[in-house]
Amino acid sequence: MKAHLTRRYMFSASHRLHSDAMSEAENAATYGKCNNPYGHGHNYALEVTVSGAVDESTGMVCNLVDLDGFVQREILQRFDLENLNTHEEFLRSVPTTENLCTAIYDILQRGFTLAHLDKVRIEETMMNSFEYAGGAEIGP
Amino acid sequence: MVYLTRKAEFAASHYYHNPDFTAEENQRIFGKCNNPNGHGHNYTLEVTVKGEVDPRSGFVVDLKQLKEVLNREVLDAMDHRFLNKEVPEFSARIPTTENLAIAIWQRLVSKLNKAQLHRVRVYETPDLFVDFYGEA
Repeated sequence: MKAHLTRRYMFSASHRLHSDAMSEAENAATYGKCNNPYGHGHNYALEVTVSGAVDESTGMVCNLVDLDGFVQREILQRFDLENLNTHEEFLRSVPTTENLCTAIYDILQRGFTLAHLDKVRIEETMMNSFEYAGGAEIGP
Repeated sequence: MVYLTRKAEFAASHYYHNPDFTAEENQRIFGKCNNPNGHGHNYTLEVTVKGEVDPRSGFVVDLKQLKEVLNREVLDAMDHRFLNKEVPEFSARIPTTENLAIAIWQRLVSKLNKAQLHRVRVYETPDLFVDFYGEA
């Protein structure tokens, strides 16, 4: 029996949306308030969905302790209370929540091998959220 | 195709233990959830059905019937119960959120008429939920 498990985490970080490929006027027009050179912050909610056969002996898709440990070590410690623009993941890309989704998906995809990674979903505010499944359609 | 989701809440207790494991293994794998006296959660259940909208009623499913089935098959059996001891599915299977989602799917799937069961989502806490789509 295949089940999909989702775990939700919180972290806070600052960012500035600015592209070196655009003029100042273009940046201001594209990113508006998010282009403020001093940056600004969000409380992000991250949802990680993994799937797999439910193990007969444990009743689990994967042990939450392992997933929590990986996310804590590799994602929350890296990004929580940090300025995203200063991180290597965003040296060549703008730290929009779209790009944050793909960066976190890549970290999980490379390093977390105990269950299949379905998707990453991030809420930047209560009013917007982003999902990435490695380019695949989102579904069961 | 239109999807409709009905939400329900129930409170239950459980603990995780596999008699085939040693006491040390049970402790290592299940941690605090291995306490034989159990502990509880307020579960939130979301049942999603799908179907074509009936042109005469405008409904995908008879909500009254869906609610009755949910109450009878899930809430009456699981609300304010000790899952390990009072729900037969868990006499020999560990009542993890994964197995709870599967058990609820199996209780509902044959009882719904017209609409087709699409997804069972069970929240154990606001930070943890499991989706089951009936996949083998």
